[in-house]
Parts: sequence; structure tokens; C-alpha cells
Amino acid sequence: MARKLKGWQELPCGAIITDMQAVKENKTGAWRSQRPVWSREKCRQCLMCWIYCPDSAIMIQDGKVVGIDYDYCKGCGNCASICPAKAIEMEKEKK
Amino acid sequence: MILAKTGNEALAYAMKQINPDVVAAYPITPSTEIVQLFSNYVADGEVDTEFVPVESEHSAMTACIGAAACGRRVMTATASQGLALMHEMLFIAAGLRLPIVMAVASRSLSSPLNIHGDHSDSVASRDSGWLQFFCETVQEGYDALIMAVKIAERAYLPAIVAIDGFILSHCQERIETLEDGAVREFLGQPRPNYNLLDWRNPILVGPATLQDYYFEFKRSEIEGMNRVLPVIEEVQQEFGQKFGRYYPVLEEYRCEDAEAVLVVMGSACGTCRVAVDQLRAQGKKVGLAKLRVFRPLVHAILKKSLARFRRIGVMDRVDAVNSYGGPLFTEITSVLYDLPERPAVFSYVYGLGGREFTPEDARMVYEQVLSGKKDELVTYVGVR
Repeated sequence: MARKLKGWQELPCGAIITDMQAVKENKTGAWRSQRPVWSREKCRQCLMCWIYCPDSAIMIQDGKVVGIDYDYCKGCGNCASICPAKAIEMEKEKK
Repeated sequence: MILAKTGNEALAYAMKQINPDVVAAYPITPSTEIVQLFSNYVADGEVDTEFVPVESEHSAMTACIGAAACGRRVMTATASQGLALMHEMLFIAAGLRLPIVMAVASRSLSSPLNIHGDHSDSVASRDSGWLQFFCETVQEGYDALIMAVKIAERAYLPAIVAIDGFILSHCQERIETLEDGAVREFLGQPRPNYNLLDWRNPILVGPATLQDYYFEFKRSEIEGMNRVLPVIEEVQQEFGQKFGRYYPVLEEYRCEDAEAVLVVMGSACGTCRVAVDQLRAQGKKVGLAKLRVFRPLVHAILKKSLARFRRIGVMDRVDAVNSYGGPLFTEITSVLYDLPERPAVFSYVYGLGGREFTPEDARMVYEQVLSGKKDELVTYVGVR
């Protein structure tokens, strides 16, 4: 991905990012050694996983969980441990 | 109003008049009283401040950073190990360009444990990107703290106002205070760059910048420091015109025809003034260059002032262990390095851990600088 990098005089004071796209570009999912696997059948849509996910990796559509965004999920397992329905299980990341 | 106040009382009183939005602090000698007295003002409803009593200095600075990122006027106070514990967060405050103002009652660093005054803590933080002001008197500490708020907010840089631990923090002096309203009018409202809580305009504070951008952001932060001197001078002029007390960044005392000049920071300037007067009475041409602003390093002003003298002694109330002279000494010598004719510069380390520094000691240093003879790279004044 070729993008023109800015010079120091063009940068915002204090490294404030107003363009949130910068975060989207920085995919952090590759850190993962375990991946959460979500089961649509078992899920009760309580959204606890969404609340506890530190990376906003729980994908939501129309107020419902629809899956996990593996581009950003670091595999911390918070969602699996908080899920009351055991709808998320951690599996070893495949090579 | 003329009041009798210790350094800590004066700074707490200035903080009350500044009425910051948030103060987060953890007590540590000799700065404890500043926040302790300030918390009385909070409890008595004399200020609107949100006071956050945290569990460590690291958390104190962290809370200050969070509050300042929300565009608030934020202050704290610390010393010694507390400042050292904040060290990591100091860089973050400066890198985020947050105008936090911190009162420091300068004290030695352990080990061995010592609670008394020297500049080990503040000077150890010199590369963190904070402005640093060193005060000679309680009056100056009071005035400097008020000015620091305005300077920091105009320059988007955090600032330390250092008073010597115990020497100023616990000794009472006569000070002329300002009216509450005058302080408020002088400072006005903060003009933050951004507000983290402004959900209509979401921002990201403290991003990861890797090889692609870190260097550029640091370069921009360095430029903030490079350009801050006019802001400092502007605020000091304004303060001087309004309240009749003007403090130059480098004050020359009886330097006109001086053959030996000492460069000093903090309360020892007063001691050296006495020695200068005594030696002048004996016909010896000596002077004092009092450096108030340690960061930014005022290269041009130092060079212009000091280039005229043949012999200069630089006084450090801290040692840069195993360096080529004290910290201020190495900075002064590098400032003077490219002069065609360099003055002889001597390094003196004095007063560590609150060791007395008397007019007699200062006269001894002056005599040695006048003689132009030195046996060792650094002279440790008053050490057995």
C-alpha cells in the first residue's frame, strides 16, 4: 500500500489523530496465538463479549453479534471467559 | 496583600488562586504540604477543583495526562522519588503537548535516602520535554507558578516550577500576593487544542507511531521547545507590566566589569549575591549570572552574556555521575564551544542532600575562579 508520508511540519500538535482510518489501517490480528470461535446457535445476544473486547473486534450488525473481526482480534480470550452461554471457545491458532 | 508564607504555602496559595480544573497528586516530602494545603481549599469549597488522591505519583501524572487531554487546566506537585516514579509519564505529557503545570520541591534522589534539597530530581527529568523554572525565593516561586500556567498553555508544553526542598519549601518569607481576580484575569481560560470528551469530534490520543512517524512527531515536539522562549518572554513581560515584578530568564547581578562570574540556579543565587557584595566591598570584580530557565536551554542568551567574561564558574546542585563536569557545566561549555575565544569555565558541585552552602563557601569558589587555578575537573564544594 503506497501512501505519501507527511513531513514533520504537517503533523498535528501532540500526535492527535482525527482521521480514525489510521487505526483501521493498522491491523493487529497477527499477534494472536489463540482465536475465539463464535457459535451463532449458542449465542444469546447479551453483548457481554462486545463490552469486554478491548479491541472492538466483536462485529455487530443491527444490535446483534454477527462474528469476530480477526484483523483486529489479539486473542486475549476475554470474550470467551465472560460469555455466559459458552458460545465462544478459544482454539489454537492455525499456522 | 503582603503575607508571611513558606514556599509550600505560597505555591498552594497560588494554586488556589489559579483554581485548576483537576489536581491529581500523591504526597512526598518536601512537596507534601503544597497539595495538603490545597486539599484544604478543596474541602472548604474555595476552589472548583476536582481533586484526585491517587495511589502513586505514576498514577498522579497519568490522571493529570487524562484530564489535560480533556482540555482541562491541570496541576500537581511532587519531589524526588515521586518525580522519578513519574518519569515514564513525563515524556507522554510532553509528547502529547499537554500544558500540565507541576510544582516540584527539589530534593535529592536515593540512595542513600535523603529528604533534603538539591536538584537531582528536576535535572534528571531535563530531557523529558518539560519546561523547567528554578526559583531563588518564595516570591519568585509564587510568581513563577502563575506565569508557568500561561506559558504552558500558550506553548502547549508541560512545565515544572522548582523550589529548593526545605530551603524554600519550608522557610517562611515575606511575599506580595496578587488578588484572586487579578490572577484569574491574567490567566484567562485555557485554549486547548482538543478535548478527548468531545464525542462529536472523535479523536485518538496517544497513537502508535512506528518507524514511519515517530521521528517526525519528535521533531515537531523539539520544535515546540525551540520556539518557546519568545512565549516565556512575552508572558514575563506581561506579568512585569501588570504586577511590577519582572524576572529575566538570565539575570546578571553586578556583572558589568566582572572578572569572575558564577552561573547558578535556585536558592543559592541569594547566597552568591551576598558573597558578591562582600567581595565587591573588597574591590574584587565578581558577578552572578542567575539562570531561571533551565529548559528551554537559552543558548543565545547564555552565549551573548557569558562570552564577555574571562572566567566562569558553573554551580551544579547535582552531579551527572561520571560526566565531564556537572550537568549545567556541560551545557554551558557546549554553548560556549564555538566562540573564537572561549572563557575558562570551572565546574562546581555543591549542596547535595541539603548540605549547607554558605556565603563563605561562595567566596571560596569566587576566589578560586578569580585565581584561574583548578586542580580537578570538578570541585566538590564542602565535601569532607
